[in-house]
Amino acid sequence: MARAAVIDKPQPLGQEVTTGSAAGRHTRIALIGNPNSGKSSLFNQLTGLNQKVGNFPGVTVDRKTGSAQLTAQHRADIIDLPGTYSLYPKSLDEKVITDLLYDQAASEYPDFVVVTADASNLKRNLLLFTQLADLQLPMVLALNMMDTAAQHGIQIDVEELQRQLGVPIIPMNARKGVGVTALKIVMAQELGPPTETFYEPSEELLPMIRQIRYYFNLHNDYLALHYAHQGDRLRFLSADDRAYLAELRDKYQFDSIALQAQETIARYARISELLLDVVRVTRAEKNESYSNRIDRVLTHKVWGYLIFLGILFLLFQAIFSWAAYPMDLIDQGVAWLGSQVKQLGEGPLIDLLSDGIIAGLGGVLMFIPQIALLFAFIAVLEESGYMARVTFMMDKIMRKFGLNGKSVVPLISGMACAVPAIMSTRTIENWKDRIITIFVVPLMSCSARIPVYTVLVALVVPDQKVLGIFNLQGVVLMGLYLLGFVSAVLSAWALKVLLKAKERSFFIMEFPVYRWPRWKNVGLTIVEKVKAFVFQAGKVIVAISVLLWVLASYGPSGALDQATQHAQTEAARQQLTPAQTENLVASYKLESSYAGVFGRSIEPVVRPLGFDWKVSIALLTSFAAREVFVGTMSTIYSVGQDADMSTVQDKLRAEKDENGQPFFTPARAASLLVFYVFAMQCVSTLATTYRETKGWTWPLLQLVYMSGLAYVLSLLTYQLLK
Amino acid sequence: MPAPAAPTTTPRSVKDLRLGETGTICCLNDPEMALKLLEMGCIPGTKVTLNGRAPLGCPITLHVDGEYTLSLRVSEAATILLKD
Repeated sequence: MARAAVIDKPQPLGQEVTTGSAAGRHTRIALIGNPNSGKSSLFNQLTGLNQKVGNFPGVTVDRKTGSAQLTAQHRADIIDLPGTYSLYPKSLDEKVITDLLYDQAASEYPDFVVVTADASNLKRNLLLFTQLADLQLPMVLALNMMDTAAQHGIQIDVEELQRQLGVPIIPMNARKGVGVTALKIVMAQELGPPTETFYEPSEELLPMIRQIRYYFNLHNDYLALHYAHQGDRLRFLSADDRAYLAELRDKYQFDSIALQAQETIARYARISELLLDVVRVTRAEKNESYSNRIDRVLTHKVWGYLIFLGILFLLFQAIFSWAAYPMDLIDQGVAWLGSQVKQLGEGPLIDLLSDGIIAGLGGVLMFIPQIALLFAFIAVLEESGYMARVTFMMDKIMRKFGLNGKSVVPLISGMACAVPAIMSTRTIENWKDRIITIFVVPLMSCSARIPVYTVLVALVVPDQKVLGIFNLQGVVLMGLYLLGFVSAVLSAWALKVLLKAKERSFFIMEFPVYRWPRWKNVGLTIVEKVKAFVFQAGKVIVAISVLLWVLASYGPSGALDQATQHAQTEAARQQLTPAQTENLVASYKLESSYAGVFGRSIEPVVRPLGFDWKVSIALLTSFAAREVFVGTMSTIYSVGQDADMSTVQDKLRAEKDENGQPFFTPARAASLLVFYVFAMQCVSTLATTYRETKGWTWPLLQLVYMSGLAYVLSLLTYQLLK
Repeated sequence: MPAPAAPTTTPRSVKDLRLGETGTICCLNDPEMALKLLEMGCIPGTKVTLNGRAPLGCPITLHVDGEYTLSLRVSEAATILLKD
């Protein structure tokens, strides 16, 4: 490995430094850069569909890795690091970068880094670059967005820049794929560390730096300086190591804040100087930028908010009406498959396959169109730069409720799934704002509730138009989402009053220019999210469907036979037809099965809410994950119904109460809907809250608060509407 | 960066800029917030222009050094003092 500075450095004891590139030609590369510098586009260009999303060890930050074919024989593993402005992390998200790059013994330690920089905003982008260069990491600079720079009249002398920076530079336009081939060629070569140094720690720090270098066996002064600054925050350091660093800081009266400020100022001065010979700006037009002109409408006092509401409205219409066609197709397809399997023969195995596995699978596949649409919308809003405007417009309002403009993105993502939404609160630096956001995010209606909403709304709300254009079901759906949103905001306000914390909240962030979203990026986001849903949620759903089928088909010994006999005598007494008899038998059997016993035991608790033991079973299984509800209902009601009742809605509609009236009255459906708006029924969310807040206090509070709210409000709804 | 002692007459800060007006940063009077602002390019001597305000008056957007747009709250803008 070509890392000049390493030569005189003894290797850390007991740890092998990887030099894998020579033999296998399999390199590990980290992609790093400012937010909005086109890093994701570049990652997508390099890896395409060969992407994986995992977690960084020990933390829940999404860790995107992928592999790229650089040359015919040379593959590289690429890790996409979170966007950052400097190596001094300001948020938890950014911390994974230092944890990765400062631990040279880590198995994940990259062979070299690709730094992306926005050519139209070079000065600020080079700050991070110079820090990385001073770490002596082998690197290549991807000088991105050359087209935007040209449009702004910025001319960059790339050769001169390359000479000044001492690393290979590839001018590119990652969004259009320009320069990707050239970058791959450079990436396939053995890269050396940069030849330039941009910042030298001052003389009086050198004794301390030497001690740190010796103690930790580091090859580089600047890295040692960062150990002094960030010792307490580096995950891989032991308590002893941290204590040692703290001792040194005391001994040398190390003033971290002042030194960081000095360093940043010195770096900017150096960058400004070197750019003098490199960048020429010939800005002819003095016209207002197009972003500003768009903003005059999109962040207008009145239009701004109206347009935002309009976009949300469109989102719900899309999720409800557009997605309905593919969903129907999938639902019918699954039903058809189930009936085909049933025709193959009879027996427990066939039943398991059609009523257990296929019915459960249908519950997963059916919601792909809605999830894809929702994520497509969110991806387009993020990509275009509109989300930043939403944050901007909402900050003052959100602050009144103890939230933060930055809470809007987690809240909106919460409509997709609370798990990534809670993870995305890491961009909120302030602890109190962040805790409040985490606490209320699960109240936002997530995509797992869509199945429940869809089925129940379609069951009781007529499919008609309001005001000529709006679908009434879509309007009700939006109402449910609003209910979730309003309760999230009010809960946040209550928490703001309850929680006393004196910590400052920041809102200093880049305001990106508007850009056309790249469809490739949007497409890859959709693929990623749908895959996550099908494989992660899907596994749980199918497993629970099968378990349910077993519980519903078997019962305590002798109980089922008794029930059968009982039903047959009853049928004989009422002189029922053979088909009716069969139904009666099945429903008696279900009642005495394990599932029935289970449901019966909690029925007294939920009866005031209008639910019976069948719904109780669905409620219980939903505590693992809400989306299981529909699968459960489908499975429970499959047992003992005609074979031609294939879709879930048909099955629910056919359900009768003891008086022979339809069971799912508007009051019951409304109560059930309200229950699902509020109840905390997601183990993954609780686990994420636990990880993010590092304790059980917040997840338990969430569970108790939300479930309590659900019970009380559902009770009110049912009793008032009954 | 050590915070300069507050002068007796309150100097103008970025929050006092009129829409479209440009000022030159003199200093940052909140050391902790200064770290973030410096990284974002608000270095003493840099020119900033008030570009826009959110519908409710806060936050605001600034053009920094003619390079890019930064958004921040009015209370944060108040820590960026301007040269006369």
